[in-house]
Amino acid sequence: MSAFISTFFSWSQIKGVLPSLFEQGLRNTLLISVLALVLGLVLGLVLAVLLISPRWWVRLPARIYVDVLRGLPAIVTVSLVGIGLPVAGVAIFGTSPFGYAVLAVGMISAAYIAEIFRSGIQSVPLGQTEAGRSLGMSHLLTLWVIVIPQGIRNILPALANQFIVAVKESALVYLLGLTAGERDLYFIASTWEAQTYNSSSFTAAALVYLCITIPLTYAVNWLDRRLRNGRSARPVPTELTAPAPVVGLPAAGPGSAGLAGEARIP
Amino acid sequence: MTDRQATDTVPPPDRTGPDPTASGRTEPGTSPHLELTGICKSFGHVQVLREVDLSVTRGETVCIVGPSGSGKSTLLRCVNMLAAPTSGTVKLNGLVLTDPRTDLNRARARIGMVFQSFNLFPHMSARRNITLPLRRVRHLSRAEAEERASALLDRVGLRQHDAKRPLQLSGGQQQRVAIARALAMQPEVMLFDEATSALDPEMVKEVLAVMRDLAQSGMTMLVVTHEMGFAREAADRVVFMDQGQVAEVGPAEQTLTQPRSERLQQFLSMVL
Repeated sequence: MSAFISTFFSWSQIKGVLPSLFEQGLRNTLLISVLALVLGLVLGLVLAVLLISPRWWVRLPARIYVDVLRGLPAIVTVSLVGIGLPVAGVAIFGTSPFGYAVLAVGMISAAYIAEIFRSGIQSVPLGQTEAGRSLGMSHLLTLWVIVIPQGIRNILPALANQFIVAVKESALVYLLGLTAGERDLYFIASTWEAQTYNSSSFTAAALVYLCITIPLTYAVNWLDRRLRNGRSARPVPTELTAPAPVVGLPAAGPGSAGLAGEARIP
Repeated sequence: MTDRQATDTVPPPDRTGPDPTASGRTEPGTSPHLELTGICKSFGHVQVLREVDLSVTRGETVCIVGPSGSGKSTLLRCVNMLAAPTSGTVKLNGLVLTDPRTDLNRARARIGMVFQSFNLFPHMSARRNITLPLRRVRHLSRAEAEERASALLDRVGLRQHDAKRPLQLSGGQQQRVAIARALAMQPEVMLFDEATSALDPEMVKEVLAVMRDLAQSGMTMLVVTHEMGFAREAADRVVFMDQGQVAEVGPAEQTLTQPRSERLQQFLSMVL
């Protein structure tokens, strides 16, 4: 029993590794996940818009991208992008693996986020799209100011989940052999473990990961509740501020059955 | 058969055009403002519209009545191309909407539409529902858009509710905002798709009153409705649709009180 405790919960080991986890690991893990998420959100939004196009040849490339990247184990994608690309001469980020790590995690996130956005867009009643189009708004303008602001609140929990996945997947950059200043939480913990043969550094890294992911979950739950209740009486200054609940929408008439993503308005 | 004169028993009105000094409603003009020719629409194997012809002159109010499933709403949605006809042409003031080269966004900005389920944007105040398309489609300045929104909210009697979200308004109020939103674009034609069908009875009146005023102000209107009373009083002509075709068309009062076709007689005996 004492062997168990000293392997996982050796206080001296934890105390030894924590400073570098916080000083370097936390920053790099957050940097990789946040940059990857920004990439994932932008690319995911574009993919989602393509996925709901009425034209099959617009949908097809987006569909292939999403299906392939969701179908691969993250470790394979990270290897292909991070190890393969530079070797193949596509050295967009030079020799540092950091950029490739962001690209790989971002590309994976984009595939999942695209599907989340698509479902959010399609959760908005078709009547909203029809109203926008009947006023002379273009397809994209209607999506941007009418449909997406309403759809986004339906998908917040799923999106939060994807944020958490990205934080966790950022550990896979370990594969790419980061240089000294670029090491993330897992890399530091595992280096420490290799030197000490003691797993307490992993425990310490685990705690730091939880410090990111658990508050994230609760922050999004709080935001979700805030959007559900209240705020509905105030005029909205910009198109992308919090939308009011969709739950109380008037019953859709026969002309408005279906959902926005199914719109085939020329 | 869709020409007003073909079935009109009253002498044709003065053809020199609307008299600007006349009070009350503008006399409908002669040239077709909106012209539908040979409209067919199929969804898969189901043919919803079969060779529908209909023309509406400037300032005229035409009500479309008929049993559910007769293609009324689909016909209306063909007018602003929310549903593209399988064949046939839609012309608005000479602009051919069914021509693939036509910029439909610009064309739709000239056609107002009011929906059965209101379709207000629930994440925006009543006022912003009106100013958004003015700003983003008409590219008006903020001041111009606000001013026009205020005028229209006044017109539908909802100025004091302008900061409310749609869900804080009653159904009738929501529909009046929706009408104001469409009118703010200063459309050449207004389409009403069963605008009162989703409303509680006590709210039908307030919406019909707004529509009646609009018809009297000389707006060109195409109205799908189940309100036979409204059709009789406010419409110039009534179109009876059945099984995807225009089964009868004529002056409102006459068509609804002395239907010629057996199908319209049957329909009226069931709804009145």
